[in-house]
Amino acid sequence: MDEEILTEEALILNDIRSHLTTFEKERGNLIPILQMIQEKHAYIPREAIKLVAEYLEIPVCEVYGVATFYNQFRFHPPGKYPIKVCLGTACHVRSGDIILENFERKLEIKEGETTPDREFSIERVACVGCCALAPVAIVGETVHGHMAPSKVEGLLLRIRIEKEKQEREKLTISGNN
Amino acid sequence: MSKIRTQLMLCGGTGCSATSPAVREVFEKELERQGLSEEVQIVETGCNGFCTLGPVMLVQPEGIFYQKIKPKDVPEIVEEHLLKGRPVEKLFYVEPASEETIPTMNEIPFFSHQMLRVMRNKGLIDPEVIDDYIARDGYFGAAKALQEMTPGQIIEEMKISGLRGRGGAGFPTGLKWEFASKSPGDIKYVLCNADEGDPGAFMDRSILEADPHAVLEGMIIAARAINSHKGYIYARTEYPLAIRRLTIAIQQAREYGLLGEDILGTGFDFDIEIYEGAGAFVCGEETALMRSIEGKRGMPRPRPPFPAQKGLWEKPTILNNVETLANVPQIILNGGEWYSGVGTETSKGTKVFALSGDVNNIGLVEVPMGISLRTIVFDIGGGIPNKKEFKAVQLGGPSGGCVPEQHLDIPVDYEEIAKVGAIMGSGGMIVMDENTCMVDMARFFMDFIQDESCGKCTPCREGTRRLLEILNRICEGKGKPGDIEDLEELSSVIKESALCGLGQTGPNPVLSTLRYFRDEYEAHIYEKRCPAKRCVALLKFEIDPDLCSKCGACFRHCPAEAITWKKKDVAVIQKDKCIKCMTCFEKCKFGAIF
Ligand SMILES: Cc1cc2nc3c(=O)[nH]c(=O)nc-3n(C[C@H](O)[C@H](O)[C@H](O)COP(=O)(O)O)c2cc1C
Ligand code: FES
Repeated sequence: MDEEILTEEALILNDIRSHLTTFEKERGNLIPILQMIQEKHAYIPREAIKLVAEYLEIPVCEVYGVATFYNQFRFHPPGKYPIKVCLGTACHVRSGDIILENFERKLEIKEGETTPDREFSIERVACVGCCALAPVAIVGETVHGHMAPSKVEGLLLRIRIEKEKQEREKLTISGNN
Repeated sequence: MSKIRTQLMLCGGTGCSATSPAVREVFEKELERQGLSEEVQIVETGCNGFCTLGPVMLVQPEGIFYQKIKPKDVPEIVEEHLLKGRPVEKLFYVEPASEETIPTMNEIPFFSHQMLRVMRNKGLIDPEVIDDYIARDGYFGAAKALQEMTPGQIIEEMKISGLRGRGGAGFPTGLKWEFASKSPGDIKYVLCNADEGDPGAFMDRSILEADPHAVLEGMIIAARAINSHKGYIYARTEYPLAIRRLTIAIQQAREYGLLGEDILGTGFDFDIEIYEGAGAFVCGEETALMRSIEGKRGMPRPRPPFPAQKGLWEKPTILNNVETLANVPQIILNGGEWYSGVGTETSKGTKVFALSGDVNNIGLVEVPMGISLRTIVFDIGGGIPNKKEFKAVQLGGPSGGCVPEQHLDIPVDYEEIAKVGAIMGSGGMIVMDENTCMVDMARFFMDFIQDESCGKCTPCREGTRRLLEILNRICEGKGKPGDIEDLEELSSVIKESALCGLGQTGPNPVLSTLRYFRDEYEAHIYEKRCPAKRCVALLKFEIDPDLCSKCGACFRHCPAEAITWKKKDVAVIQKDKCIKCMTCFEKCKFGAIF
């Protein structure tokens, strides 16, 4: 798996290199550059920090300091199905933390981590603006409202079934060719 | 000429957008099928406010209000209402108390107690069409400010209005502008704070999504008042829809000559850029926000010098909150006297709140200052669901405090709210019922503050961590005598010595819950009991045979097979198998598990 990540990272780094030049070499562009990387690749590889520092001609530690200061930036690749559990106040009042714990227990990872097969990752977020549906979990782009401990397992099961279905469809398509 | 006779104002706010796209799709198909596409227009609006009932839709011009629309309801609405003129009654709002159906929006109590100024356009315009905004007197205020008023007159009008900052601190807006206007220098900046850091609030986001031009117009007027030519909106990246709408709005305003050079032919130049914040609560603080725009770690610095003298890139700068700025155009258009006609002695105009938590009507509400908290919770909010008891309402998020039942009649007013130990805040209003543990709430906010502390000053960095440790211990059943006193002492030290507002207000949730719910802390510490049955570590996972109805619901749902049950018998939890996932608490309708 590590090797897989390494080749993947090499591709990502090349891509970042080609996009860096669209930014002017200004200190003020540091956060927008990091945001570009985060948006395109969903995380900031360690090596990318060096690239950015070289490009802006500032110390690596400064880039690292800024990147770790802000919540938006991740340093590990997320899972294919990133799960975000809302821990905003309204969701907390309706036991969002218990939902988070149930996801953690079921997937055997902690918040901020990704499963070894890189299928799922768990993240906590604050108020996604759907307080009327509290507690809320977001899988990919889909909002799942009125979560309850008993719904966690079903939700994960649904994702797995959906995935298997897609894979089977892919197989039959390639089989037909 | 357009043949449009009916507009369907479908809510595309964040709360409704989980479900409204599917509804819209079916509407498009059905209108096409019935040949109504030319006459009936679908408009996607910003947040309507009544998020509980989402997705909601207003049919204009009749004002019929539909709620909880499902895709399968759409053919009926199109056929019955739009084709045959018979509104679909089963989708009307039903008043829970009287069970009366209410067909039009204005008669629903949730709306009728509100007063819309900042949100006057919500649900009525397409936020992506500048002409919609202009048709409702949009940019008339800016035109008046630029063409007929001097900067001094603008500031005077703002001072008469009595408008105070809606970002939390409540500083008089006119005064802030006056300071900046008097600061020497050719380069000055106008900033809009759209960072909305309170983790339980979505007012600013909804304003930006529903009526972005109002904020731009407010910024133009502010720029004129202090003679600035460049503005920034600091918006959270987590608000992609708001950012998209702002981008479109800025583009359109430039095309109409309302931004850029020589605005409205007056020779005044001003332009606005959006800066996407990268998610850090402390960046809502004014000096930290400016550091962040400069591309640095968003750490606050001591004041003075104040931003009005030395702000962004050391130039005189004003920073105002989204809601503050959205109030400005109407103050200029209708006059400061008009604005101050509503409210209390020291708090004028209206305030927007994001009402949520354990309350029937969750959503966005705008109320006149001076209205009582009780009216908001029980009349507009419709009270507490599931026949539970009200416990407290939390205002001001992590910097704020809670207001218990005995103070619920106080008015919405900066000073009155402060007297009972809470703050007006930016507008988060979370209702809590009997099942909310107040120690856990304090722990929740402290966890947030501790995590978001920027680390620059020691009292906040270390102090909040120690507070959190104590609170964690209490919630885990390891509290000990003296903890309460330690919490109090540490809190007051942090409040006095922290560098910025984050630390200075961070202990508020602890102090306010201690003030009103000390007994809950004591129950946790001395009896190892959580009265609200919320702290998992303090639950016994046993079943009270007197309350158990022997229904077997817990047994059927337990994912760990830790519960044994036979028909007509009280269920039993086997503790060695129990994983404490709380499913049985969720499924037991009788509160028999403790
Ligand atoms: C830790 C901290 C976080 C803040 N977060 C916000 C915020 O998210 N939005 C906001 O408008 N003001 C926030 N403020 C208040 C701002 O510092 C500032 O007072 C306000 O934006 C000024 O605008 P106003 O006068 O229009 O309220 C925060 C203050 C502190 C100390
Ligand atoms: S607190 Fe979770 S959506 Fe608002």
